[in-house]
Amino acid sequence: MAGKSKHEFRANTLPAIITVGPVALIMLLLVAAPLMYVGVMSFCSIDEYYNVTHDLTLGNYVRLANTDYLKIYVQSLLIAFITTILCILIGYPFSYIIARSKSRFKRIFYMLVIIPFWTNSLIRIYGWRSFLGTNGWLNSSLVSLGIVSEPIDFLYKNGTTILGMVYCLIPFMILPLYTAIEKLDGTLLEASADLGAKPVSTFFTVILPLTSSGIFSGSLMVFIPCLGYFFVADILGGGNSDVIGNLIERQFQSGNNWPLGAALSIILIIVTLVLVKAYQKLGGDMDALGV
Amino acid sequence: MGKIVEIEGVNKIYGSNKVVRDLNLTVDEGEFLTLLGSSGCGKTTTLRMIAGFEEPTTGTIKVEGEKVEDKEPFERNVNTVFQSYALFPHMTIFNNIAYGLRMKKVPKDEIKERVLKMMELVQLGGFEKRYPSQLSGGQRQRVAIARALINKPKVLLLDEPLGALDLKLRKQMQLELKRLQKKLNITFIYVTHDQEEALTMSDRIAVMHDGVIDQLATPSEIYEHPKTRFVATFIGETNIYDGCITRIKDGVATITLENGEVSVKCPEDFKLLEYATISVRPEKMKFSKEKVDGFGLVAQVKDYVYVGSVLKCIVILPNGNELRIERLAGQELPEIGSKCYPYWNVEDAVLIHNESHYIFEALNSIQLA
Ligand SMILES: Nc1ncnc2c1ncn2[C@@H]1O[C@H](COP(=O)(O)OP(=O)(O)O)[C@@H](O)[C@H]1O
Ligand SMILES: [Mg+2]
Repeated sequence: MAGKSKHEFRANTLPAIITVGPVALIMLLLVAAPLMYVGVMSFCSIDEYYNVTHDLTLGNYVRLANTDYLKIYVQSLLIAFITTILCILIGYPFSYIIARSKSRFKRIFYMLVIIPFWTNSLIRIYGWRSFLGTNGWLNSSLVSLGIVSEPIDFLYKNGTTILGMVYCLIPFMILPLYTAIEKLDGTLLEASADLGAKPVSTFFTVILPLTSSGIFSGSLMVFIPCLGYFFVADILGGGNSDVIGNLIERQFQSGNNWPLGAALSIILIIVTLVLVKAYQKLGGDMDALGV
Repeated sequence: MGKIVEIEGVNKIYGSNKVVRDLNLTVDEGEFLTLLGSSGCGKTTTLRMIAGFEEPTTGTIKVEGEKVEDKEPFERNVNTVFQSYALFPHMTIFNNIAYGLRMKKVPKDEIKERVLKMMELVQLGGFEKRYPSQLSGGQRQRVAIARALINKPKVLLLDEPLGALDLKLRKQMQLELKRLQKKLNITFIYVTHDQEEALTMSDRIAVMHDGVIDQLATPSEIYEHPKTRFVATFIGETNIYDGCITRIKDGVATITLENGEVSVKCPEDFKLLEYATISVRPEKMKFSKEKVDGFGLVAQVKDYVYVGSVLKCIVILPNGNELRIERLAGQELPEIGSKCYPYWNVEDAVLIHNESHYIFEALNSIQLA
């Protein structure tokens, strides 16, 4: 018996340790350990000089149940929700047209859309701010064309934050949508028309159900980062439309309350896990998330 | 019987590729018409133009006497059985079959009744709740047919519907389809590249070749009186000879071939000194140990192949051409390697006008003569 299990160890476990082992070690050091540190930190306290002390407490979480914080959670979820809906409404027709086009250049067109998103999003968000600002391009054009007499306040509203979020996150919607729509078998659309379905009916009974997986994974990939993209809310929202990410950033920076920031991070992680779990439960394709 | 589909002067051109050329075809109500031809000859394109997925470059298509150019596929009273079946993977079998009725806003109770009845008819009872991925190829095939038939279309278009099935299932489905068609009295336009399938099932066959209908006739007419060399060679086995008509006497033409003279019954539209092609089916070919009057072919017996009830003899002419001759097994035969004289009853051979591209074979025969 002993000899056999030893043999099995060599045959099965040893190669596994050798191949997966180093990767597992790196993951452990770079992902699991910091995460655990954040978890522990969230139960720590601070002294009067804002130094972290190891007096364990639930106080951070209790503080976060405060209505001021709750309001921002709700606001953040709302922004994420609206952003997701807008990404679907804009991304779907766009992906559909490109994915179903018969042009030889469709790949190139698709890349032209995706490539700009490889440049730093911070720079692009600053671009939006100078475009929309009171002295920005848009306002000076409107004023000089005589359409308005005074510059309009575009900036620092929920709407501008959402605009920035949509702009930053829409590639994450387009990617899975494009994949799902391109996979759609064209003869199914012909079959539907052949059986008497008008284009609108075909869309709702055949196209939409068969591409819903793309909408589904795209939504998750837009919704979750949207809760954390504090720089968008900072630059375009100016503190008027904070997301959960802003709260975390503030505790680590100006607030200098790391344990509270850690507790917020843990809450965000839990929200994310719940969403991913729900996605998986509803039959979502984990591979489509690229994780 | 009225005309249900009329195709007049239809051409379909993709870029510089003339896929369908000057197509004229009339299909009668309740008819089983087959478009037969090798791959790439334009059968699918023709079908897709009738269904409305492609527009003819020129020409008109009428269904029930009405031009259909301006009608979208969903407005046409024709249904298609796709080669790939194109079943909706996210719908149950019931919902797949009910699809057309739902689109027509038929009342729910009626839909249920008709779908269940149709499922019985195609022997799919009990499969309502399954999904297409849970069915075998043959069962999916039936769903595709049921889904189309339930709409009671004026015309059903079938694009190689049995192509993906194995031989045994295909034979069985051929008979079933034919039975369904007669029972429901729906016009079928059926596409296949399988000549045997076409011969078994069709009322009439349109043999297509390079986008042109070479011949449109009943299966027996097509088999026994092929109009072109392509039709003769594509349908069934045959022996082909190219030559020149060198004498016509009492309705019998003497044709000079490269290998000698032969005699064929001569239809009125053939003239003296015309190049012509002769097609003789293996079962109509004979051979003798002595020279037969009117036939100058001399051949050597090369091989015998037993295929059940008949015996296939392969004989070889001096120029290397092989002939196939079918005999009932059990008859006395010349030995392999021995000399024999192939011939046929003059009325058993079919004379075909020679198309220009076979002229060289014919010219050869003249030089020798
Ligand atoms: N959409 C298209 N664009 C260009 N050429 C096509 C198209 N569809 C078919 N063809 C060409 O038309 C010819 C006939 O095709 P098809 O009708 O599918 O033949 P079959 O069904 O008899 O095999 C083929 O040479 C094919 O390449
Ligand atoms: Mg085809």
